[in-house]
Amino acid sequence: MKVLSASHINKYFYEPEKFQVLKNISFEVRKGEFLSLVGKSGCGKSTLLYILSTMDTDYEGILEMNGEKLTGKTQDQLAAFRNEHLGFVFQFHFLLPEFTVLQNVMLPALKLGKYSAKEVEERAYQKLKLVDMDGHALKQSSKLSGGQQQRVAIARALINDPTIIMGDEPTGNLDKKNSEIVFNIFKQIAHENHQTIITVTHDPDFAKGCDRIIEMSDGQIIKS
Amino acid sequence: MNIQISLQIAKTHLLTKKKQTLIAMLGVTFGIAMFIVMISFIKGVNKFLEDSALDATPHVRIYKEITSNHPSLIEEANPKAFNVIHHQLPKNELANIKNGLQIVANIEKDPAVLGVSPQIGSQVFFNKGPIPVAGQIAGVDILKEDKLYSIKRRVKSGSMEALLSNPNGILMGTILARNLNVKVGDKLTITTPTGNLKLVKVVGIYGFGIQTVDGVRCYANMSMVQEILQKDKSYVTDIHIKMKDSQAAIDYAKVLKNQYRYQTQDWAEANSAFMTGDKIRNAMVIIVSITLLVVAGFGIYNIMNMNVINKMKDIAILKATGFAGKDIVAVFLIQSIIIGVLGACLGLLIGFSLSYLLSITPFDAGDFLAVKTFPVIFNIKYYIMGLAFGVITTILAGYMPARKASKIDPVAILRG
Ligand SMILES: Nc1ncnc2c1ncn2[C@@H]1O[C@H](COP(=O)(O)OP(=O)(O)OP(=O)(O)O)[C@@H](O)[C@H]1O
Ligand SMILES: [Mg+2]
Repeated sequence: MKVLSASHINKYFYEPEKFQVLKNISFEVRKGEFLSLVGKSGCGKSTLLYILSTMDTDYEGILEMNGEKLTGKTQDQLAAFRNEHLGFVFQFHFLLPEFTVLQNVMLPALKLGKYSAKEVEERAYQKLKLVDMDGHALKQSSKLSGGQQQRVAIARALINDPTIIMGDEPTGNLDKKNSEIVFNIFKQIAHENHQTIITVTHDPDFAKGCDRIIEMSDGQIIKS
Repeated sequence: MNIQISLQIAKTHLLTKKKQTLIAMLGVTFGIAMFIVMISFIKGVNKFLEDSALDATPHVRIYKEITSNHPSLIEEANPKAFNVIHHQLPKNELANIKNGLQIVANIEKDPAVLGVSPQIGSQVFFNKGPIPVAGQIAGVDILKEDKLYSIKRRVKSGSMEALLSNPNGILMGTILARNLNVKVGDKLTITTPTGNLKLVKVVGIYGFGIQTVDGVRCYANMSMVQEILQKDKSYVTDIHIKMKDSQAAIDYAKVLKNQYRYQTQDWAEANSAFMTGDKIRNAMVIIVSITLLVVAGFGIYNIMNMNVINKMKDIAILKATGFAGKDIVAVFLIQSIIIGVLGACLGLLIGFSLSYLLSITPFDAGDFLAVKTFPVIFNIKYYIMGLAFGVITTILAGYMPARKASKIDPVAILRG
């Protein structure tokens, strides 16, 4: 069952001069797939990922997820879609520094409003347990180490049980040991919960362990 | 949109930046406090001046206009011709209102009228010793005058009734009495413009609290003033009227003018200088208040703008995790509103305290006005206005940064 399909995606940057970053990119991703996006620096991986994330709407082509056509939707509709169906883990473990670990994880779920605050808190503890961070739940998020923050970010990405979790070099700032922890969490999510994972990575070991690798070069997919 | 979460985020932002929040709040507080103090004080001054001016002026005054600008006989006889007249002199006119007492009796019958007092007014000199002091004498029926101006209440020493039993008595204004150095029981001479002298006795000293009255005017019996002016018993120069409703007086003045063909003047006209002062002071309140609020608004705008710039990363994360533009607007607008409401409430409190302190501060206006402390009005209306102004300014000032925040492109920030 496919959960994502991108067809004929083209993207241009106009600064400093007109330049085509993505050239006719088409591919599909199946449910529960653990996929990594690799390629030389500057080949357009991040650009593609942010289009897939629905945050970048300035592209040509058609993007579908969960059987829903996302191209052409308004920003607010896309925000609602992200909230429910997508989770993100970024290279820099972006957490809200003034909030506690628990609050950071809870916020997207409170926004979704599917569960009561009490249930959301329970679920947040579950997700934190999954990444082995439940012991730090009440700490201010700015007081954690990089690897700990990255795990909290993963728990946050998982809170609404999204169909797809995306990461732009989620292990880029982590050491070998922490990278392995993150990798194992992703693998578990993909294979046990059947959630789809799409990550951009430069780490060959990380990529090797994935179900599928898409390799890009100069704005095109060269191997998938 | 889920206000609850936006509120929670806004609260957390405010609490982690307590100092900034406080500074933004104090801007509003200062603006609103000054607004309250200014409007309470200036409205107080306006009301005080109006009241004291209105106290001492009739609602309607009927008098005869004496003018030397009247057509000469030759102009009337030969209107088309080219007439040259040298040194035209005023006619020897009497300043009196014919049938004055009859008019008084008629007006008194009107149910809208509170009281009518006929008067004979004249310039006089008061002599006690060699130096003449200029002033006015008003021949009145003191009981009727009392009905209009509560003379009895204003008598500081002596008594008003003494005038009734003392045909040559006068009631003198406080400042005039002080200038002449006379007390109740003292005698002094008055000189009329035509040179008649009369020895009179001070039977009472009164004070309106207004220099233009207390420093010049004396009350005497009508018959005595008629006598020194060598006029008959029906001689009346002014008729003062107080109405039950002061607003109705303005129309009533016109009616009387048409009916009796004498000049009339209503209280608004008589106090036009005060009224203009009112307008100027009111305009001042508005200008200064707007300035203060604009300054406070800019303060909030600046701080919220900085806040948005500092929080770009957070905004990007919120958007990435599914918060819509309007949620972001709410987060920042709520912060402004909280700052505005708390700042304004504190401002009202401080404004009230300052107004209260002002209202009990002794204030010496000299002889010009009888006022012991600064006149201040406490009116809930001003406080509601202050709160509304504070909140509206902060909403306006907070909206632009909030909108800017909602327009932030998360991609640009998240890819680093
Ligand atoms: N905002 C932008 N304006 C103009 N050009 C841009 C912009 N962002 C990226 N580019 C260019 O687009 C190309 C692709 O960038 P992208 O960030 O997608 O590369 P990447 O594959 O993620 O590289 P890396 O592995 O180093 O992260 C690069 O040549 C980059 O210079
Ligand atoms: Mg990249």
